[in-house]
Amino acid sequence: MAKRQKVLVLYLKFPSLEAEVISWATFDGTGKKLHMTGDSDTPPYPTGLDALLDGWRLFQASQAIPEQPGEEHRTSYLKHEFFFEKLEEGDF
Amino acid sequence: MPKLLTTEQMAEFASSGCLFFDELIDEQTNKEFLDDIGHTDIDKADSVNDFYKNIKATSSIPRIPAGTPLKEAFPKNSPLDKIFKNEVVEGAITSLVGSNTIVDHQFLHITFPTKYFNQANQRQMSQANHQDSTIDPRSTFDVQLFYFPTEVTKEMGGTRYHPGTHLRIVNEMAIAKYQNILGQKSIVCKPGTIGIFHSGLWHGAGVNFSENIRYMFKVRLQPTEKQELLWDPEKKYQPLPNRALYWTDETKDQTINDILMRPYPWQEADTNRLDKINVVKFWRLLTGHKKMDVDYWLTRIENELY
Repeated sequence: MAKRQKVLVLYLKFPSLEAEVISWATFDGTGKKLHMTGDSDTPPYPTGLDALLDGWRLFQASQAIPEQPGEEHRTSYLKHEFFFEKLEEGDF
Repeated sequence: MPKLLTTEQMAEFASSGCLFFDELIDEQTNKEFLDDIGHTDIDKADSVNDFYKNIKATSSIPRIPAGTPLKEAFPKNSPLDKIFKNEVVEGAITSLVGSNTIVDHQFLHITFPTKYFNQANQRQMSQANHQDSTIDPRSTFDVQLFYFPTEVTKEMGGTRYHPGTHLRIVNEMAIAKYQNILGQKSIVCKPGTIGIFHSGLWHGAGVNFSENIRYMFKVRLQPTEKQELLWDPEKKYQPLPNRALYWTDETKDQTINDILMRPYPWQEADTNRLDKINVVKFWRLLTGHKKMDVDYWLTRIENELY
């Protein structure tokens, strides 16, 4: 049996897994489902914690980086990024 | 006579980064535009490249050198000339980028239906989210005018966009990792609809699951003058006085300030306050009132006594 990785990326409203999901992306290494931009208007989970409760394993979270002096009000990318994975076994 | 935008429309643009004018262009002009580009059934279009090649060879859409004044850009009485002379289109452009605006570039975006991808044995994917061009830290802004000559149904995958993202400074496709963003919208419209986007608005093309070809003609326009009260040449606009914060009176009517301070579902709990600050800074530039504020966001932190 081979193992394949599924990756779920959640962007949360604030840097705690209890926070609501505001953006999301899914990449399915099993090849069963092709996800793409704009394919869903509803988050897969209400919060990051709900993803953990469904068996997703957190493997990376964004750091808190202080704003650059003089650029404190500049806004850019979504800040609170969490990468999760699930490993699936099967004949791929 | 150009029909200038209202202050409410300008506030909407400052807040969301976009404006829409449904079914603005008349049926005859839409037909002329489609005839001009050789609109056809998907069965008669062999490949995207050939389809574009034919349009470029036969249509009246000119090659416009970057920096050409809009007034000199399109052949007289061509469909595009008529569209840009529409009083609402001309008024909106004048209000946002002035009456002497110049063309950055134009392009006819074509999104082919599933049938084409099946025939070509290609994977049909949506376009990733992006901010056009490159990192743009200016206070000056450009606009992008979108013209939809045909109806765009939900299944045709009309342009996806994210209201309120226009003041976030990012590097083009670096936002492609956000597959879905809460509050995302896709254009669904009748023929002849015009959209005007702030050049910073995050967007991308959807997948066309219909049986028909989808068209979107885009022109990016740059100002040649300060974008201050261009919609209000008599300079009548006056900022509203401060109002109570948090312990508020909800019975009051909606004002310009409510439009400017509108929250968006994708904004973080912390950064949404910076988004509001940036809208106030943007409104200061648009109105020329350098000290105006909404809900004390800037006054509070400008009260520096040391």
